[in-house]
Amino acid sequence: MTIIRDIFKRNRERNDPTIPSKEAKDVPEGLMCKCPECKTIVLTKEMAKLQKVCPKCDHHCKMTAHERVDSLMDEGSFESIDDHLKSSNPLGFPGYTEKVEADSEKTGLNEAVLTGKGTINGQAVVAAIMDSHFRMGSMGSVVGEKITRAVEKATAEKLPFIIFTASGGARMQEGVLSLMQMAKTSVALKRHSNEGLLFISILTHPTTGGVSASFASVGDINIAEPKALIGFAGRRVIEQTVREKLPEDFQTAEFLLAHGQLDAVVHRHKMRDTLSTLIKLHTKGAVARG
Amino acid sequence: MAKKVQKTMPFEEPLIQLRKKIGELREYTENAEVDLSAEISSLESRLEKLETDIYEDMKPWDRVQVARHPNRPTTLDYIPLLFEDFIELHGDRLYGDDEAIVGGIAMFNGQPVTVIGHQRGKDTKENVRRNFGMPHPEGYRKSLRLMKQAEKFNRPIICLIDTKGAYPGKAAEERGQSEAIARNLVEMAGLEVPVISIVIGEGGSGGALALGVGNHILMLENSTFSVISPEGAASILWKDAALAQTAAEAMKITAPDLLEMGIIERIIPEIRGGAHHDPVKQAEFLSSAISQSLDELNPMSGESLIDQRYDKFKGIGVFTE
Repeated sequence: MTIIRDIFKRNRERNDPTIPSKEAKDVPEGLMCKCPECKTIVLTKEMAKLQKVCPKCDHHCKMTAHERVDSLMDEGSFESIDDHLKSSNPLGFPGYTEKVEADSEKTGLNEAVLTGKGTINGQAVVAAIMDSHFRMGSMGSVVGEKITRAVEKATAEKLPFIIFTASGGARMQEGVLSLMQMAKTSVALKRHSNEGLLFISILTHPTTGGVSASFASVGDINIAEPKALIGFAGRRVIEQTVREKLPEDFQTAEFLLAHGQLDAVVHRHKMRDTLSTLIKLHTKGAVARG
Repeated sequence: MAKKVQKTMPFEEPLIQLRKKIGELREYTENAEVDLSAEISSLESRLEKLETDIYEDMKPWDRVQVARHPNRPTTLDYIPLLFEDFIELHGDRLYGDDEAIVGGIAMFNGQPVTVIGHQRGKDTKENVRRNFGMPHPEGYRKSLRLMKQAEKFNRPIICLIDTKGAYPGKAAEERGQSEAIARNLVEMAGLEVPVISIVIGEGGSGGALALGVGNHILMLENSTFSVISPEGAASILWKDAALAQTAAEAMKITAPDLLEMGIIERIIPEIRGGAHHDPVKQAEFLSSAISQSLDELNPMSGESLIDQRYDKFKGIGVFTE
């Protein structure tokens, strides 16, 4: 017994000199970041310049809503709306209010979606950008209400509506009220569509459940970021139901594209230009017709 | 012929015990020369009181069990009791015919209507064919086709909701389960005819809501409508599916809960102990509820029906400003 312990002890001692001293390890918090896919370490600043796309493996890391706005909108053009809405705890779930408050603190958002108006290459749009750092981007009453109001604003001002989705689905802590947000956002989108206005849905990692099964899937144009996980049911649930091994690329953006569920998979570095062109192509009265 | 055995539910256990005891006493009276009629009638009045106590105060989990009862009437049980001249229409014209959703045209009190509903099976064989009432995308696309057809011919649409949820399978994902549900939500929002959605059993998540964007949503007294099954909620929230009973209460999924939250218009009363005790009588309750809704919705124009639906769903949600 002691011998065994000695072995470990010796190892520890032997390893000691190779462990960097505390000072050497003390790089300022957040200076470097690691790609979750290939584990490459990149300067955070560098990563931000690359719009959080890994320079080595091209992995599209998760973005916060504000990072997305910065990468997309003309500088200083974005004005957020409805930042004052607050989730309450309709079912009285223990700890729910605290969790929402903690995430609000962490992300600087009032809820899992940031909405507002801005310009892309000078073209005005109303945008909703979901943030998966806030309660997994799940949709409760406030997320549903903010998106609905944003769509209503787009309808009223006759502007295109753009949404970046990132969500695990409906928020369980708000029960069936969350489910109904799928219908609420849909009735608003129908009205927007009836006005002949453009709706582009950009599905980012991950877009699943109730969000995937509502506004995310019904854009006039549906675009996804490379490798984004998109699906209705969770992979584990499906594996348990069908009892078969699912393909490696199951529920990825590329899988959906191959199965006719998306218009395009667009690299993040090309997103701004793609959106800008699409909006330009939908400009009203560009050509007189009829 | 063997009498069809009614599956009983745990909360009914005291009633069963008491009924058994009364039966035993009756038998004893007949065979032996003892008069126990006083005891029997006292037990019978106790039974009646117990029935009232149990059935008038059903807990959410009790209702979940009634909603899932294997003999609970399904869409195809109600259709001949509610309508005349039903003709079933099949297929989505894109891929196939999903038997987990049935639909067609029928006459209701002299008015042609389109009826669409989830359909689970009554036995294993039928359940395999109907996929336990869990639709694939083609089921939702069929229902949308029939709704658009109803709109063309200015027929009201009656949707009967009864599903554990949309099917979570590989083929369903490949053919766009998300899109099929989402499309239904958006297109139902714009229908220019009255839409009445009635939850007759389980209303499971998006797969149920895809038939649920109605001008009126009604629920049978013992039906449920939820974002996730109590078992699913328990396993996610507390990592233990056995806590489903607790989850059924916490998630607020019963008809009275939804009425209180302002999501549904009305509760349709149910036969004491559950619709399966008397489907014919239950259909009468359903019929008068449909009549009432149609009386309110029939006079409305296409535009005002769309506006009413808009206002209804816009108003759902709890938050502070």
